[in-house]
Amino acid sequence: MSLEAFFRWQEATAIATAIRETDLLFPLIESIHVLAITLVIGIIAIVDLRLLGVASLERRVTKVMGELLPFTWVAFIIATITGGLLFASNAAAYFRNFYLDSKLVLLVLAGVNMLVFHLFISRGIVDWDASPHTPWRAKLAGGASILIWIGVVACGRWIGFTMMVP
Amino acid sequence: MHLQVSQMPDWLANFCSWLAVTPFSLLMQNVGWLVPMVQTVHILAIAAVISSVFVVNLRLMGILGNDQSHTHGNARFLTVIWWTLPILLATGVVLIIAEPARSLASSAFQLKMVLLVLAIIVTLYCQNTFVRDSARLSRRGGRNAARMIAVLSLTLWIGIIFAGRWIAYAPGK
Repeated sequence: MSLEAFFRWQEATAIATAIRETDLLFPLIESIHVLAITLVIGIIAIVDLRLLGVASLERRVTKVMGELLPFTWVAFIIATITGGLLFASNAAAYFRNFYLDSKLVLLVLAGVNMLVFHLFISRGIVDWDASPHTPWRAKLAGGASILIWIGVVACGRWIGFTMMVP
Repeated sequence: MHLQVSQMPDWLANFCSWLAVTPFSLLMQNVGWLVPMVQTVHILAIAAVISSVFVVNLRLMGILGNDQSHTHGNARFLTVIWWTLPILLATGVVLIIAEPARSLASSAFQLKMVLLVLAIIVTLYCQNTFVRDSARLSRRGGRNAARMIAVLSLTLWIGIIFAGRWIAYAPGK
């Protein structure tokens, strides 16, 4: 099945049709999407600021992460499901939108940044876990994360101004 | 069109018409990237506030931060809330100036402002009782009161986000 056919199939599903054709569903799902994404970004920022050595300095890095990241994951899953539903309502048009594509690329980058942190940077974390001074690698990961998520919000907002939904 | 305009009070309609032709409003209307840029800053500020509210309330409910005193841990996040609210106010005012009637005459916007005032009152109450005097939490009934306040606070802030997004779907005319 071609990509275009896949989008047409998504748009034809009952749920996508309902989102597209009723007045209430799109804003409702979009509001949940905004709530979820603000929680993802705000809570990750708390972790990022600890990695940067800016805030939560009296607490261990692993404590801050262990306490907050499960909530980020729940919020991220909700954001992904609601985002997917909004996408499905007009899949082909959304896929042609430059800012939606950029947002997806940034999300992949956020994932790569997270993987690099967990696979490489967090090795030997015991040496600096309790210290307010974090290594430059950790600062880089925290800083990159904040910038990527700011980009995700900006792209998300720009989609609304560049998508001409029929 | 004329009928819809006359639904809002004359003074509000006049104010919106006046505001919409001020140089700053015209600038915002004519430079296409200004509104999405200010909205992006507004949403990032909302992210800071809602996450701080989330952390403070989950601490009050005893779910987060049990290794720290409430006074210390919560005070930091309350500071974030109070310092971010002016950014929200400033970017919000800029967005109103850009499209006065769309926001001021929108019932979603009016609801958002009512919820905002209530949320600020609840946050102040929270700060003055449970955060300044964390011993209250260990007193009889203190924990339950804190839980109720936490749920109320989260509900109000979530309502603010929903009402804010709804302005786009129930714009004033």
